[in-house]
Amino acid sequence: MRDALSGPAAAAPAEAQAGTAPEVPAAGGWIGRSLRRAEDRYLLTGRGSFVDDHEAPGTLHLVLVRSDIASGTIEAIDATAALRQPGVAAVITAADLAGVAPLRGVLARPEFVATDMPILAAGRVRHVGEPIAAVLADSPYTAEDAAELLEVSYGKLPVVAGVADALADGAGVVHEAAPDNVLVDVTPISSPGLDDIFTSATHVVEVGVSTARITAAPLEGRACVAAFDERTGQVVLQTSTQVPHTVRTAVALSLGMDEHQVRVISPDVGGGFGQKCVVAREEVLAAAVARLLRRTVKWVEDRREGLTSGFQAREQFYNVRGAFDATGHLLGLDADIRCDVGAYSCYPVTCGVEVLMAANELPGPYRLRVYRARSRGIATNKTPIAPYRGVSRPQAVLAMERLMDEAGRVTGLGAVEVRDRNLVDAQEFPYRNVMGASYDAGTYRESLARCAELLGHGSWPGVQARALAEGRLLGLGLACFVEPTAYGTASFGMRKMTIVPGYERATVRMDPSGSVIVMAGTHSHGQGHATSYAQIAADALGIDPGRVRLRQGDTELVPHGWGTFASRSIVAGGGAIARASADLAGQLRAIAAHLIEAAPGDVELADGRAQVRGDPATSVPIEELARTAHHAAHLLPDGLGRGLEATAAFDPEGTFSNATHGAIVEVSPDTGAVRLVRYVVVEDCGVMINPMIVDGQVAGGVAQGIGAALFEELPFDESGQPVSGSFVDYLLPTAADLPDFEIHHFCTPTTRTPTGAKGMGEGGTIGAPAAVLNAVNDALAQVGADVGRIPVRPGDVVAAIAAAVSRDPVDSGGKTQ
Amino acid sequence: MTDVQSIRITVNGTDHELVVEPRRTLADVLRHDLALTGTHVGCEHGICGACTVLVDGLPARSCLMFGVQVDGRSVETVEALGTPEALGPLQQAFTNHHGLQCGFCTPGFLMLVTAFLRETPSPSDDEIREVVASNLCRCTGYQGILRAVRAAADARAGS
Repeated sequence: MRDALSGPAAAAPAEAQAGTAPEVPAAGGWIGRSLRRAEDRYLLTGRGSFVDDHEAPGTLHLVLVRSDIASGTIEAIDATAALRQPGVAAVITAADLAGVAPLRGVLARPEFVATDMPILAAGRVRHVGEPIAAVLADSPYTAEDAAELLEVSYGKLPVVAGVADALADGAGVVHEAAPDNVLVDVTPISSPGLDDIFTSATHVVEVGVSTARITAAPLEGRACVAAFDERTGQVVLQTSTQVPHTVRTAVALSLGMDEHQVRVISPDVGGGFGQKCVVAREEVLAAAVARLLRRTVKWVEDRREGLTSGFQAREQFYNVRGAFDATGHLLGLDADIRCDVGAYSCYPVTCGVEVLMAANELPGPYRLRVYRARSRGIATNKTPIAPYRGVSRPQAVLAMERLMDEAGRVTGLGAVEVRDRNLVDAQEFPYRNVMGASYDAGTYRESLARCAELLGHGSWPGVQARALAEGRLLGLGLACFVEPTAYGTASFGMRKMTIVPGYERATVRMDPSGSVIVMAGTHSHGQGHATSYAQIAADALGIDPGRVRLRQGDTELVPHGWGTFASRSIVAGGGAIARASADLAGQLRAIAAHLIEAAPGDVELADGRAQVRGDPATSVPIEELARTAHHAAHLLPDGLGRGLEATAAFDPEGTFSNATHGAIVEVSPDTGAVRLVRYVVVEDCGVMINPMIVDGQVAGGVAQGIGAALFEELPFDESGQPVSGSFVDYLLPTAADLPDFEIHHFCTPTTRTPTGAKGMGEGGTIGAPAAVLNAVNDALAQVGADVGRIPVRPGDVVAAIAAAVSRDPVDSGGKTQ
Repeated sequence: MTDVQSIRITVNGTDHELVVEPRRTLADVLRHDLALTGTHVGCEHGICGACTVLVDGLPARSCLMFGVQVDGRSVETVEALGTPEALGPLQQAFTNHHGLQCGFCTPGFLMLVTAFLRETPSPSDDEIREVVASNLCRCTGYQGILRAVRAAADARAGS
C-alpha cells in the first residue's frame, strides 16, 4: 500500500484520471471520448457573448436603490434631486408598477406559508439590499450618481437577525402571514417505534453541525437587457439565467402577458451554480420598465450587489441522533433541521427547497429503516436563499458523515468499517430507501474501499503518529454520499410545487448539407453541452460531432424546457436528444433503404455514410440523403423526406450517482490554518459522455465545497447588515489554497437513461465539506478538540484547541508538546 | 456638462484617439468604446482579475484603471492572442487541458499568464501556482488552468 502522503498515484487501468482521459474512440462511438470542447475557441478568443457585451444605441442604464436597513417601512422617497441630474430619464418606484404582480413561489401543502416577493418594495422592506427604486439614465455612471441623490426615509421595525432571534418569544415578524416566522415546517417521516429503538440501542450517537450562509458567486454576476419590440408586441429580455423558459413564465405572469409575448434570450452565461436557476426580481423589473418606458433597459449587477442582494444559501443547523447496535449497524435516525431562508421565498422552487431536501435526503447511501426528521424554514431579515449547487446535500452529508465518524469512534470500528457495514451493498440495488426513493445500481462500498486505499488508510495511524511526534497535526477525513440527480416530473411533483419541472424536450434537425442542429431547453453555463450533446447525436446519426451545432437559450427558438440545474442536463436533455436522434436516424435509414433498395433494418449509419450492413458497395453519403430529403423529395415516397427533423421528450425517473471523497489536511496548532495535503474523489456517474468534462465538473465542485469548508461566509451583524461586500471579505478559494485533485471513476451504467449516463454536476460540492471537516477533526482529535461548524476558520481552530486545553489541560496540552 | 479628456492609446497594435470622461474605467473604454468585449468585469474591486489586460506589457486590472491613465500607452487584450480559427499557443493549451468552463474569467487568466510566461519562460510548478492564484475562477478548481500553463510553458521551452 502506498503511503498516505505520497500524493497522486497512477490510476488503475480501468479508470480515467483527471486530465489524462484519452481522446480515442471508445468502442463504437463518440460517447466516452474526451473531445476538446466546441465552445472553447470562441470563449478563449474573447468572442463570447455575455449579456453585458450587448449595448444598443439609446439604452437606458438601470441602477437600483436598495434598502439600507434590514426591517422597516418606507416612509417617503424623494426623487427630486435625482431627476434633476442631466441624463436621468426616470425614477421608478413600486407606485409606477401597479399591475405588475409580485413573484410568489407556492408549495401546495399545508406546512407551507406562501409569501409575496414584490418587484420593488412597496411600503415594507425586509432585508438590506431589497430593491426600492430604479434610476434610469443614459449611462451607468450618471445612473449611479443619481441613485446616490435619491432620498429614502424609513420607519424602523424590529430586526430578525437569525434563526434563534426568529423563534424567540416576542420576536419581530418578517411576514404577517407567518407570525411565528416559520414558513415551512415539515415532518416528512416519523417511523413508528423510533423512540423504542433509541431507548434500547447499544450506542446512541449525537452530533450537531451548522453551516454558514454562503453564495454561489458566479464570476459573471446577474445581468439583464430588456426591450419592447413594437413590431412583435413582445418584451425581449436578455438575461444571464440557467432557466430561460422559467424566466419567461415568471415575467409573463407578473406582467400579465401571454407567454408568447415574452421572449427570453440567455446568451453565454458566466457561471450560475443554482443562483441563476430561480427568477430574480431584477429580471422582472427590467422587463416591466422596458415595457413601461418603451426603451431598452440594461441592468448589470455589481459585485457588492451580488454579495449582499443576490440569492444566498445554506445557513443550516442540524441536530442528528443515530441509534447503532453493538455491531455498528444504524438502527434509527432522528433529525431536527433549521434553515435560515431569509426574507423571501424564491420563485419557483420556494424557500422550501433547502428545507425539504435536507430532511428527505439525510439518510444518503446508508441502509436505514427507521427515521424521523423535522425540518423548518425560518424567515429572517436577511437576503433570500435559493438553490446553490448541491442545495442541502452538502450540509446533510456533513451531518451524516460527522455522525458516522462519531459512530466509528464509539463503536471502535473506525471510520471506514462503520461506513462499510452500513452502506447499501451492490446486491441490494435497486434499493428503495426509507423515504421511498429507488436507488439505481452504484458502487457505494467499492468507492469507499478504493478511496480509503488510495489515501493509504491502512497505514494512516502510523503516518499520523509520526507527524504528531514532529509537532504536526495531520487528519484524514472521508465522506460517502449518494447524489440524486435529474429529478423528473414525478419527483418534483411530490414537492407540491405549483410549477413542476422535470422533463426535457429536444429537436434534432438535419439541414440540406447534412449538418445537424440540436435545439434543447437546457442551458449550458460552463458544462460544455455543445460538446457532450454533439457526441450523443453523432453516435446515433453516424456523423462526426463537428457536424452538430447546439442551439439553446432562446425561448423563441428551442422547445419548452426547464433549463440547467439539479444535475439534470445530461440525463434529461441528453436523453431527449438521444431519443430524437434515434428517430432522425430511423428517417435517414428509411431514405437510404429506398435509394439503395434495401430493407431499412439492414441499413447502418456510420462514418458519415449509410450502407447495408457489411456491404460497402451500397454506401451513400449522409449528405446525399440530406440533399435528397430536402431538395429532391419528389424521388421519395410520401412520408419520407420533406425535411429531416425529429422531436422527443424525456422525463427521467431519477438517477443516483455515488462517490466517496477523502481529504488529508495539516492543521497548524499555532495559527489555526488548515492546509489541504491531498484530495481524492472516487465517483460513479454511470456512462461518462465526455470524461474530461466530467472531471472538470468534479474538480470545480470540489473547489466550491472546499471554499464552503474553509473560507466562505456571509456574516450579518445583529442589525441585519451584511458585512461581506467584496471578494476582499468573501474569500473564494484560489489556486494556492487547493491541492491537485485525484479523481477516479467507477462506471455503473444506469438502465434508466437512454445513454446510461447519470447526472453528476453537484457531487464535488456535496462531498467536500464533510471530507474536509472530518479531516480537520481527525487532526484535532489528537489534542482533544473538535469543531462542528463550517467554514473552519483559523480562529475557530485556535479557539477549539484552547477550549480543549482548558477542559483537560494535562492531556490536551501534553499531546501537542 | 461633464469634463472630458482626449486620449491616444494603442490597443492590440492599433492606434485610437478617444474622448473620455476622466472617471471612465479602462475596462469600459475597451469594452464599450472600442467594442473589445473579451475583457470581462467580474468584481470591480481588483480582486478577481477577470478584467486583466496588459498595459505596456504588464498585467493590470482594467476595472481599477481609468482610461485617461493609459494615454500614450499600449494595451493588449485577449483579442490579440489568437482567433477562433488560429488559437495562440496558450489558448490551445487551455482547450487541450480543459482550463475553462463558462469562460468568463478566462481572458483575465490568459493575459495574466501571457505576461508571466514572457518574463518567466521556464517556471516551476510553484511559481505557476502562485501566479494563477492572482485571479479567481469559480468553475474549474484551477486544475485545468494549472495544467494548461504547465503545458504552455513546456511547449515554449521545447520549441
